[in-house]
Amino acid sequence: MKAGSAMLSPEVKEQKWIRGKKQIRKATMVNERIDQIIDKHQGEASSLIQVLLEIQSENHWLPKEALERVSEKLHVPLTRIQHIATFYKAFSLVPKGRHEIHLCVGTACHVRGATRVLDTVQDLTGIKPGETDLDLKFSLQTVNCLGCCALGPVMDVNGKTHGKLAPSKIAEVLKNYE
Amino acid sequence: MSRINSLAELEEFRKGILSKRDPNKPCITLCSGSACHASGSEEVAAIIEEELEKQGLSSSVDFRKTGCHGFCERGPIIVIHPEEICYLQIEPKDVPEIISQTIKEKKVIERLLYTDPGANEKIIHESEIPFYKYQERLVFGSNGNIDPKRIDDYLAIGGYSALAKVLFRMTSEEVLSEVKKSNLRGRGGGGFPAGSKWEGSRNALGEIKYVIVNADEGDPGAYMDRALLEGNPHSVLEGLTIGAYVIGSHEGYIYVRQEYPLAVENVNIAIKQAQEYGLLGKNILGSGFDFTVKVHQGAGAFVCGESTALMTALEGRAGEPRPKYVRSNVVGLWGRPSVLNNVETWANVPLIINNGADWFAQLGTENSKGTKIFSLVGKITNTGLVEVPMGMTLRDIIYKIGGGIPGGKRFKAVQTGGPSGGCIPEELLDLEVGFDELTKAGSMMGSGGMIVMDEDTCMVDVARYFLDFLTDESCGKCVPCREGMRQMLKILTNITHGKGKEDDIELLEELSETAGDASLCALGRTAPNPFLSTLRYFRDEYEAHIKEKRCPALSCKELIAYHIDPKKCQACMICLKKCPAEAIAGGKNRIHVIDQEKCTKCGTCFEVCPPRFGAVQKISGEPVPAPIPEEARTIIRESKQK
Repeated sequence: MKAGSAMLSPEVKEQKWIRGKKQIRKATMVNERIDQIIDKHQGEASSLIQVLLEIQSENHWLPKEALERVSEKLHVPLTRIQHIATFYKAFSLVPKGRHEIHLCVGTACHVRGATRVLDTVQDLTGIKPGETDLDLKFSLQTVNCLGCCALGPVMDVNGKTHGKLAPSKIAEVLKNYE
Repeated sequence: MSRINSLAELEEFRKGILSKRDPNKPCITLCSGSACHASGSEEVAAIIEEELEKQGLSSSVDFRKTGCHGFCERGPIIVIHPEEICYLQIEPKDVPEIISQTIKEKKVIERLLYTDPGANEKIIHESEIPFYKYQERLVFGSNGNIDPKRIDDYLAIGGYSALAKVLFRMTSEEVLSEVKKSNLRGRGGGGFPAGSKWEGSRNALGEIKYVIVNADEGDPGAYMDRALLEGNPHSVLEGLTIGAYVIGSHEGYIYVRQEYPLAVENVNIAIKQAQEYGLLGKNILGSGFDFTVKVHQGAGAFVCGESTALMTALEGRAGEPRPKYVRSNVVGLWGRPSVLNNVETWANVPLIINNGADWFAQLGTENSKGTKIFSLVGKITNTGLVEVPMGMTLRDIIYKIGGGIPGGKRFKAVQTGGPSGGCIPEELLDLEVGFDELTKAGSMMGSGGMIVMDEDTCMVDVARYFLDFLTDESCGKCVPCREGMRQMLKILTNITHGKGKEDDIELLEELSETAGDASLCALGRTAPNPFLSTLRYFRDEYEAHIKEKRCPALSCKELIAYHIDPKKCQACMICLKKCPAEAIAGGKNRIHVIDQEKCTKCGTCFEVCPPRFGAVQKISGEPVPAPIPEEARTIIRESKQK
């Protein structure tokens, strides 16, 4: 394999990790913003999922502090919030990379060879679905249908769709993201 | 805009909109659905606006960004009215010509038209393209004519007239009996008659009742509900309001996946506009009927498409299904009677009210009435969304509308019904689509995914794929589903890896029976279907995998090897350069050889080898020929010899 974080030296790993940490600190949401989101939903406990979705979409992940704040404000036990945050696929309890890759593995893309595309993406980024690399460059996630089966196999990076993919085209696409 | 307070005012208002619209005024509609968006319709839209401005046509030509037209294969699509000239695969550079030639000079640009592959003729009008010609686009057809963000567009095509008719000219009993008479069955999967569901809720005790739109479309490879909600949200809202009137509900919910941001946006805009016009909210159209709608975004869980799980999720909890001793139309959301129907089901309701149950029931088969939208995808020439009358044969859908299989490959099977459905083989292609017909063939209607597979698709791998999907999506509440599927997946994975054992098939059948009988909800009960249907029609493939360790479709990675035929290799260096694993040895004028140890079987060499050479081959079930000796690898070219 040409790339992959498994082959990096310990020093490089350390540097990447520190760089990543800095970014996480910068990205953590402040309590006021969380309160605003909760107030928007009239502080109802039944809107818990909607509140978490909004935090997720702004912050790209759900830090522990944010969950505690939500628990306190909505009077919902933290265990239930954890249950929800781990049950639904939209939530992430770990930070996401700068570039989020969503690779479609819906049936239409599958029969057109999405598995081979996924293998190549994994090889090139060094991460598996659900993972983020150490310097927070890429997060990889598989999804079940992006609604553009005509372009399958399809991958979406930061909302931009790349269609008619083949293993040989992946390096060219990923090269554009720094 | 002020509220509309009566039936007369609504009709007056509609007349007002229509009088301002000249049917002869040129109008460019551009598909902005998710597939066209991905192929660049937004850039095209920007250039159209700029170009209209530049050529001084902003006021004399209308431009509309519409929802999905369906022919996703050829997007972005432009249709120019009133002539209905259809241009396909538009790029920004085509726009200035379209405006100066077609709009100004009324000249058709040949190269942008659809070419009929059979007759090799150019087709000008959208409705004459075979993809559209054989469809019956009752529910989906308006998508191409309206801007989903403008309620006036929906009113201009007669929108909300069904709601007005219901509120002012019909009692709720009459509406219910009309819906029952139409025999409208749920388009989301189960095919339960909508009228009976409504009646159950209507008769249930309690003051507070709910109506819910199920837009948690989770079947991989199916996107018709998305296109409908994105492209024509008002039709769904109108149907929902009619349903609410029948059962006496004043609150509705739309449960839509957060993965569909455009659908969320458009439906929210639609609700806001309908409220401003007095078509939603308090005292709708001055009739005294109150109804409000809220949008709830799903956070990504396939099981939430199941009725009781969806309602649990709406309550703000983890979406796990519950046993249905009492149906959710009697005890549903917050323990109250709740009618849950799919997007497409609701969108059918205004049509039935406007045209009557008899009109609706004349379409379709004995037990499946009306039309159905399918997402025709996979190994098919014309990928897209198609709406056909129930009772059309699979063969007509795949060959007449879908244009058959691309690349001269042979058809193998069509998968319908999503993960709960099954695969239908070639010998059953003359099957008429309908709820009961598909169930009899071991599949189901489902929400309308139709995935076409050709000779390169391995049916064992398809079963494994769906089991993998379902194992991942199982909520884990009941044992037969959680553990049974995990075991099934393990066995199927072993088979595709060449580690299958003699009695695996029997064991899988036994597990299927248990999961089918004892699971709590439909997800688990139907989970064995992909396995059972592929076993029923493609047992030979299972046996080849288990006994011969061979994948007949040459698809299972562990059972195949790539090999370069030394007689065909022209040492063009393409595969050698592209191989990501650097597993190909060779050079200029040296026949290439794959190092089987290094090969990751990504298939890149197979893909890039020029078809005129066709030197890279896939082999399965037989040993890889030994690499030719070093000294025999040099190619001596005839041209050089002279």
